[in-house]
Amino acid sequence: MSESSSFILDDQEIPFMPGQSVMQAALAAGVFIPHLCYHPEFRPHGSCKLCTVKINGRPATSCTTPAAAGMEVESNTPEILDKRRTLLQMLLVEGNHFCPSCEKSGFCMLQALGYELGVVAPRFSLLYPARPVDASHPDVLLDFNRCILCELCIRASTEVDGKFVFALSGRGIKKHLVVNAESGKLADTNFSLADKAAQVCPVGVILPKRKGFAVPIGQRRFDAAPISAHVDEFKPVAPGERP
Amino acid sequence: MPFELETASHPKNLKRVAIEPVSRVEGHGKVTLLLDDDNHVQQVRLHITEFRGFEKFIEGRPYWEVPVMVQRLCGICPVSHHLAASKAMDMVVGATLTPTAEKIRRLMHYGQILQSHALHFFHLSSPDLLFGFDSDVAKRNIVGVIAAHPEIAKKGVLLRKYGQEIIRMTAGKRVHGTGSIPGGVNKSLTAEERATLQQDTYQMIAWSRDAVQLIKKLFEQNFELYNSFGRFSAHGMCLVRADGAMDLYHGGLRARHADGRSLFDHFDYSRYWDVISEDVKSWSYMKFPFFKAMGSSDTGWYRVGPLTRVALCDFIPTPLADKERSEFIGFANGTATGATLGYHWALMIEMLHAAEVIKDLLHDDDICGSELMASGKRRGRGVGVIEAPRGTLIHHYRVDENDQVIRANLIVSTTHNNQAMNEAIRVVAKQYLDGRELTEGLLNHIEVAIRCFDPCLSCATHALGKMPLEVVLVGADGTALDRITRNMHDSLAAP
Repeated sequence: MSESSSFILDDQEIPFMPGQSVMQAALAAGVFIPHLCYHPEFRPHGSCKLCTVKINGRPATSCTTPAAAGMEVESNTPEILDKRRTLLQMLLVEGNHFCPSCEKSGFCMLQALGYELGVVAPRFSLLYPARPVDASHPDVLLDFNRCILCELCIRASTEVDGKFVFALSGRGIKKHLVVNAESGKLADTNFSLADKAAQVCPVGVILPKRKGFAVPIGQRRFDAAPISAHVDEFKPVAPGERP
Repeated sequence: MPFELETASHPKNLKRVAIEPVSRVEGHGKVTLLLDDDNHVQQVRLHITEFRGFEKFIEGRPYWEVPVMVQRLCGICPVSHHLAASKAMDMVVGATLTPTAEKIRRLMHYGQILQSHALHFFHLSSPDLLFGFDSDVAKRNIVGVIAAHPEIAKKGVLLRKYGQEIIRMTAGKRVHGTGSIPGGVNKSLTAEERATLQQDTYQMIAWSRDAVQLIKKLFEQNFELYNSFGRFSAHGMCLVRADGAMDLYHGGLRARHADGRSLFDHFDYSRYWDVISEDVKSWSYMKFPFFKAMGSSDTGWYRVGPLTRVALCDFIPTPLADKERSEFIGFANGTATGATLGYHWALMIEMLHAAEVIKDLLHDDDICGSELMASGKRRGRGVGVIEAPRGTLIHHYRVDENDQVIRANLIVSTTHNNQAMNEAIRVVAKQYLDGRELTEGLLNHIEVAIRCFDPCLSCATHALGKMPLEVVLVGADGTALDRITRNMHDSLAAP
């Protein structure tokens, strides 16, 4: 393998194609880097920071950093894993994440990464934000309690569906997901269960109604193997397939 | 005062003795005793000190989430809440269950009865029964039972394990599974799971029979104590099948007066509020249910659970348990059916029944079927009632057009038994404690009476903003300086 088309990730040589990010190249090579706001079908966003690695000794988000020849990338180190664990612990207290009764349990990337990174107990004080459920739509339930502000639904609704149904409002710790309607209700938009935005939520915010718990424990997405073993599901799609 | 020893007439200067926490029960509770200078008991109360509030915070949640969420009330019999809520939501989605769905749910439920009854009898109560109520406290626990009676302890542990395995295979997990969903179930048994469970069915029946013989022998050997300990008279209520048989999963409500006459029978539980109402008291987070026709909780309180079920059903529809029931009913001219310690005997008869039902269900091909779900005309209200290990369990929900729960009412088994447990400990206080110097062994008599009901205190406290509360400002000399109360309608009042 030529030096011009590869970099080193935790002592492993990772090949890449021109235009690929460090994350894309790693996933294509079968190496999982934890992430939440990254999705193979969308442009990288770099907001969750979970995919942070050290590139030549400096922290950078691997989803937004173009791969370059000769890079030395650290990902699976105690220091970085500890930082990721802290990020997850902060996300878990900023919303209301009650896995025991959440229908996304077993399918949720936040939960799966918690298991992956060994988040076994609360570390920070829970903020318990007041976030009412929007059940106005006949087919879709919005449970804002679980939103991690990854903006995947916003990107999908804007770039794929062309509907602009979702947006973020507020600043700082008060930033939150809103529905782009006068009433603020999903029922007053042209949102549909068939929309791409209904398919991309990595946690349990956008849910098809009356389907919860239909898949038995043991057969859910992350029951049999940890999220890192699902690396093939996150491999980049061909450039032409991306929006 | 409506109940003797509920409230002391002159509480000032009385000695207060607290048993806190009540041990070897589920949840957190305490008993307070007020004694005069001669150690005569003036007041006895079982307080439920924890608050759960499920009825309130379930409001706004989608209905399909409820069967999974509400089972977090409890870690011992979550299946009961899981199934009662599912039955209520079956009504909401208008479903009549497929044979496979109903039989899988029944299997889950009887597995639950088996494991919960085994836990209660062997782990929690057998130390009192095998060693004596005032025996050495260091040995009066399950570890002591394992050391002194390893064969008995082993059966208890393995019976519980078998029940837990049934739950795991039907619900997905031993505790807090997700198998039952509105309109059906999300899995049936695989052929391998069925074969695995079938291997041990006859062993479980045999061990359950041994357990019935054990409690029967204890009852016979200690007849005077067992028949009189904490004895009181009470009305009773349970579900029965249309032909009067015991059915712990489904049926109509049957209630019987303490004097033996029928109060109602085969009553459609979807209108339970026509026959049951609830009262509240300032000193407990737990409500006091009563038969509506009798006017108030002072006269209309009743008892639920194994003792009532075995006594009130016409027969048990499995042969071995029915034979044991006949013996229990006929024992000492029928007096054991009113004995507080008779709960344990009835409990073991039910465990035997559960083992027999499990065997029958495992021989039914429907439990491996593929028709899991049904649906029908959507409704705005659902009521689910089931006979949980500890007694009748009522879940009642209203769901709006957006699929959100807008009201929830849970009347939990232990709540039905609230007044009954208070009666039992007051009788025991009079029988054993009155006028005596209190010792740990004597105080344990109070706990023995509570344990008969196998109470799940953590399940039983939900209503938010409905409890009457009393705040008393007490001076340094113990004198009450000020007092303010909030009644059940939320208004404040000073005397």
